[in-house]
Amino acid sequence: MNREQIDLIIVGGGPAGLAAAVAAYDSGVRDMLVLERDVNTGGILQQCIHNGFGLHRFGKELTGPEYAWEYERMAAERNIPIRCGTTVLNVSPDKVVTAVNSDGVSRIEAKAVVLAMGCRERSRGALNIPGSRPSGIFTAGTAQKYVNCMGYLPGREVVILGSGDIGLIMARRMTLEGAKVKAVCEIMPYSGGLARNIRQCLDDFDIPLKLRHTVTAVHGRERLTGVTISETDEYRRPIPGTEEYISCDTLLLSVGLIPENELSKGAGISLDPITGGAVVDEKRQTSCPGIFACGNVLHVHDLVDFVSEEAALAGKSAAEYISGGLDEGAPLDLKPDGKIRYTIPQRIASRDEDVKVYFRVDNIYKNVKIKVINGDKTIFAKKLAAAAPGEMESLTLTGAQLAECGDAKLEFVLEAG
Amino acid sequence: MSAAKGMIIKMYDAVIIGAGVIGAMTARELSKYNMSICVLERSNDAAAGASRANSGIVHAGFDAKPKTLKARFNVEGSEMMPQIAEELGVPYRQNGSLVLGYNDDDRKILELLYRQGQENGVRGLEILGGEELRKLETAVSRSAVCALHAPTGGIICPYELTVAALGSAMDNGAEFLRNFEVSEILEDKDSLTIYASDGRSVKARYAVNAAGVYSDKIARMVGDDSFSIHPRRGEYLLLDKDCGGIVDHTIFKVPTKKGKGILVSPTADGNLLLGPTAEEQEERDNTDTTAAGLNDIIAQINEEAEGVPVRAVITSFAGLRAAADTGDFIIRPYKTRMVHAAGIESPGLSASPAIAVRIAELLFELGLKTEKRADFKAERKSYYWFRRLGAEEKDAYIKDHPDFGKIVCRCETVSEGEILEAIRREPKALDLDAVKRRTRSGMGRCQGGFCSPRIVELLAREQGIPIERVTKSGGGSYLNICRTKGGGQA
Repeated sequence: MNREQIDLIIVGGGPAGLAAAVAAYDSGVRDMLVLERDVNTGGILQQCIHNGFGLHRFGKELTGPEYAWEYERMAAERNIPIRCGTTVLNVSPDKVVTAVNSDGVSRIEAKAVVLAMGCRERSRGALNIPGSRPSGIFTAGTAQKYVNCMGYLPGREVVILGSGDIGLIMARRMTLEGAKVKAVCEIMPYSGGLARNIRQCLDDFDIPLKLRHTVTAVHGRERLTGVTISETDEYRRPIPGTEEYISCDTLLLSVGLIPENELSKGAGISLDPITGGAVVDEKRQTSCPGIFACGNVLHVHDLVDFVSEEAALAGKSAAEYISGGLDEGAPLDLKPDGKIRYTIPQRIASRDEDVKVYFRVDNIYKNVKIKVINGDKTIFAKKLAAAAPGEMESLTLTGAQLAECGDAKLEFVLEAG
Repeated sequence: MSAAKGMIIKMYDAVIIGAGVIGAMTARELSKYNMSICVLERSNDAAAGASRANSGIVHAGFDAKPKTLKARFNVEGSEMMPQIAEELGVPYRQNGSLVLGYNDDDRKILELLYRQGQENGVRGLEILGGEELRKLETAVSRSAVCALHAPTGGIICPYELTVAALGSAMDNGAEFLRNFEVSEILEDKDSLTIYASDGRSVKARYAVNAAGVYSDKIARMVGDDSFSIHPRRGEYLLLDKDCGGIVDHTIFKVPTKKGKGILVSPTADGNLLLGPTAEEQEERDNTDTTAAGLNDIIAQINEEAEGVPVRAVITSFAGLRAAADTGDFIIRPYKTRMVHAAGIESPGLSASPAIAVRIAELLFELGLKTEKRADFKAERKSYYWFRRLGAEEKDAYIKDHPDFGKIVCRCETVSEGEILEAIRREPKALDLDAVKRRTRSGMGRCQGGFCSPRIVELLAREQGIPIERVTKSGGGSYLNICRTKGGGQA
């Protein structure tokens, strides 16, 4: 068995892993290795051939593969070693990484590890949609792989459940390939996707978005022949009597993404039940010293640009850790009120510098105030004209504000007004 | 219907109709003898009916009424199961089962089951009080005050057992014809001619009717209308592997008139299984799950075990139990050339090794003349042989077989080498579900989202068929319709 010692191991060569690698290099790390399970780097961007990537990061509109190329080029310019076709089987709490590829099994002792495994889509099983088990039910991402990477069309008459971004993108993509997208059903009263995707992928093609609707049965023995959809009430329960049958040969599911944290669990890293990802501090360090997490394995992002930004922070932090450790001051725990569903980071370990806190709200809001409260003092407040679960928000707490905090708890509160 | 002129129809000493667990185990039992064997299956793979979707429990044998065939073959079969599972390389674990009681009336029922079990010859039964019960199984519901403990109860994967038993029979020379839906059986002087709806046919000196929910239809084709099958649908929920350790035993409630009720059990593969419901129906191919059924399961779970996170469901499914109107297994010859193995509902999986032996005896009694082979190969390499290796052994094997280092299924860590082996080894996996049944790829929490496109490519390549012809489970269950507009242009 191959045994190695490498300063920094990055698990995953998608947008997060590559950005972390580039940042770690630029912060002085030379002995590092990116492990990617696919035959190429780029992760899910490889199949995202639509445009809209890179507006924030590069100031221009790129396709997914083009965005990935930017980082692949940066990694290549720095001669960052990347091992593709390599699956990490285990990461131990003391940072021993076990990986396998067609050369065999490797055990790599690392000084620091960046976890950048991305996320997976929720499946039909997780939704418990009753009915038969025919072919023709795919997650939107699986269909995207068939269409964009393999060149096959999985169906001609399509219903999409869930209005997540991949579902919206696939509504347009299937239409452009000649399929008829009959409806996009969303159980919530609002879409979880980006507003621009609703416009460009549904409205522009006259595809109906049925809010407060869900699929309540699937039909067909061999191939899907149709679905029953129903209106739902405020508790997301189907309303009897509202059933409507739609004939279709394909049901695409775009009902949420789940960070892929099997390796994190194996390493004993604390996970946040809301994000499904690790609990991290402002350096993106997990509960396991020297193990960092970034990108969609940490929490699901709307835009890859923000993945890169977060990954760069994790890569830089890993470099600091390798060259002498990270300062730990008196830590602050961030406590969202529920209307604010979660914050990243969940913990602030050092109060020396400004910290940008990302958060997501639980509903559609207009004209609200976000407050950050320490003890009985509001240390920060900002107004938001609108907030929606589909759009990640952020605020920056200055080092000075943090230094003032007497209490170990920072409450994040959303208020009217 | 008759065969085309001049076509020679192949004759077998025994033709088994149905590649469920009974047909497969019977084929394997018969393959210990010098004889030609053919297994006919209407679907694209073995274990496509009840053997695909049941509880996977090897029952101890206290449920069945004494002196019934169910009681006899359950106890005999469950005693045989550990060795057969070992020979076939199928994961099996004797985890023991518990039947929970909640009051004094229940305790009386448990005592009845205890005496029934004693009479059936079940070993090791004991009735536990609440304290002993919780010592044995901490997650058990607090409302349970007593339980019947059956230490010989076990768990096994029913489709893995079926596929492996058929594979073992094929390793020993048996043949397997798929998509062979029997439509007509004609009898002449020295054989039966069995026709498929697509025109194919085989001749059988003797035939075994192991056709599950269709076994009464097969019986009618030879003129026997002495029984009928009434399918009973059972729905299940399967939970993530994270939950497999919540309970160690298979947990039942006291049985009611409707049957053994909903169980909570770890599976042999480490998931947690909840179910089944019991719904009588007429249709023989309706394995739909229903919102009512799934909700019914969820509503009952807390009565059995605490802390079952229903959020961790990764899939739901339903299976049909081939219940006969006689209430018992039907294992008997009809006239001179056919043996029925019909009405094989629960505990059919547990009983299958013993039923197979009995069917062989009945064939010999009908006049099948043969003798044991000296060269029967009992051992079959497990589909799991590779993943059971240690890291050093895996490393050494990958050096010569690089496909085993390419992980295709992330959730269950299944390599391309293991998938290719499932596609190439008899009985060959010809579709996505068949690969899943053999390797567990696509069985994990992403349910095939990531790995299925690659497996589809491998299935197409190995069979030399276009991607559009690859199916989920045979027939018309295609996954892709056609090429995209730009597809195929490099």
